Amino acid sequence: MQTEIKFAGFGGQGILLSAKLLAYAAMKQDYFVAWVPSYGPEMRGGTAYCTVVISDKRIGSPIIKNPSHLVAMNRPSLEKFDQDVKPGGIIMINSSLIPSRSERDDIIELIVPANETAIKAGSVRAANIVALSAFAAKANIVDLDLLKKCVKEEFAAKAKIIPLNMTAFDAGVAIANNS
Amino acid sequence: MAKVLMKGNEAIGEAAIRAGCLNYFAYPITPQSEVAEYLVKRMPEVGGVFLQGESEVAVGYMIFGAAGAGERVMTTSSSPGISLMSEAISYIAAAQVPAVFVNIVRGGPGLGGILPSQGDYFQATKGGGHGDYRLLVLAPDGVQEAVEMTMKAFDLAEKYRGPVMIMGDGMIGQMMEPVEFPEDLKSEPSNKDDWASNGMSTRKSKKRNLVRSLFLDPKELNENNLALKAKYEQMKREEVLFEGYNTDSDYKVLITSYGTMSRVCKTAIDMMKEQGIEIGLLRPKTLFPFPEDAVFSAATKQSCKNVISIEMSMGQMVEDVERVVKGQREVHFYGECGGDIPTPEKIIEVIKELL
Repeated sequence: MQTEIKFAGFGGQGILLSAKLLAYAAMKQDYFVAWVPSYGPEMRGGTAYCTVVISDKRIGSPIIKNPSHLVAMNRPSLEKFDQDVKPGGIIMINSSLIPSRSERDDIIELIVPANETAIKAGSVRAANIVALSAFAAKANIVDLDLLKKCVKEEFAAKAKIIPLNMTAFDAGVAIANNS
Repeated sequence: MAKVLMKGNEAIGEAAIRAGCLNYFAYPITPQSEVAEYLVKRMPEVGGVFLQGESEVAVGYMIFGAAGAGERVMTTSSSPGISLMSEAISYIAAAQVPAVFVNIVRGGPGLGGILPSQGDYFQATKGGGHGDYRLLVLAPDGVQEAVEMTMKAFDLAEKYRGPVMIMGDGMIGQMMEPVEFPEDLKSEPSNKDDWASNGMSTRKSKKRNLVRSLFLDPKELNENNLALKAKYEQMKREEVLFEGYNTDSDYKVLITSYGTMSRVCKTAIDMMKEQGIEIGLLRPKTLFPFPEDAVFSAATKQSCKNVISIEMSMGQMVEDVERVVKGQREVHFYGECGGDIPTPEKIIEVIKELL
């Protein structure tokens, strides 16, 4: 069984980190993982995306055209990758920045106002953590407690922003559970 | 040690340190600059040296100097940078000193692009620099293998007293995968008494060692070239590495592919197996010495009708495949370069035309 999750947004939204944290948690659960960035020439504020591959066997091709799920943090990301997601997958839409919705009727839409939720938690910079936890709670790929621990460890060197990210994490999970 | 999640570039840097390499000289170039970024922090922690040269030409000779002095030394670069270092690589081969070069290949020719490519196969295996020398070339297919091969490269460089290359591609450099580091080697160059130009006070042998690549006497030059040739023949006997995938089956088509490309081929093979189509893969892990016997016997298996080399290039390794298959089977080629890595679906389409 292999699952691929594409994280997409603009540079600075922290999507590469969200993706890394998901990969890290999956690795801790003894899955094979690969974190595959798109690293073309990009300008500040340009698009950023990467794919996490999680599998119970050794990963072949790390290049994924049709991911199982999509986490779209801004509008161009949704428009660009909406059609690529495999039927039955989750498309997480950051409704704080994306007024539109998926044009698909064969996927599961998860609407998360990630920026607003993060601002309520203390800072918009935690929007990526809201998105990550909301998606993870909905997709049920990795253990949520373990993922939360990975988030905490990631910020170990910046202890004062741990509470913000923990609050953001819980808020994201709550959104997914109520959706 | 527990698994850690690391980019290929960072993992190569850590592997070098664990192999006892305390000298890393480099000049930044995408897609491998993270090696330098990582080692600029790590080297001081272990008492090593990171030095950024003013150009790749300079770096090549810094490597030569440190190697001649008996130090474990490495550089990393990408295609155009390796071109600039190629003169020094030729000198290092001629002078018979050990050094490790990592090429995280990007698209070429010229400045090309920064996306993954395998367009430097010829450069790595057929020269690059001038004269009768060979590079021992290891081609990892992921982060774990990049680590293992980097560590092994130092031993091989010392065993053969010459340059060894790790040939990865942009994907291997940029991708993060879980990696376990083998136990630290941290050994001094094993045979350096015989060749290193310093350390007289600590040596058993008190013979004066000279590092040189100029042999004006034709007899002497010939002898040096014969000594090199003997080493390359020994590599062919002792260092060939390869992997067979689905080669136990009665495959009709044999793919030859290496590095990142071979992983895409494996996915294609798995997908075709589900459709009841058996395809084999022979993946060279050493590009030189090339797994000649393995490719020949896999290609000439009775069930196998066609061979196809699939590469992220316009057709380079395919020439070695043709050379060793010796006309016993038709050898085809499929490749793309420019950064778009062929998808499993595309490979299946290409293979089906051969069935």
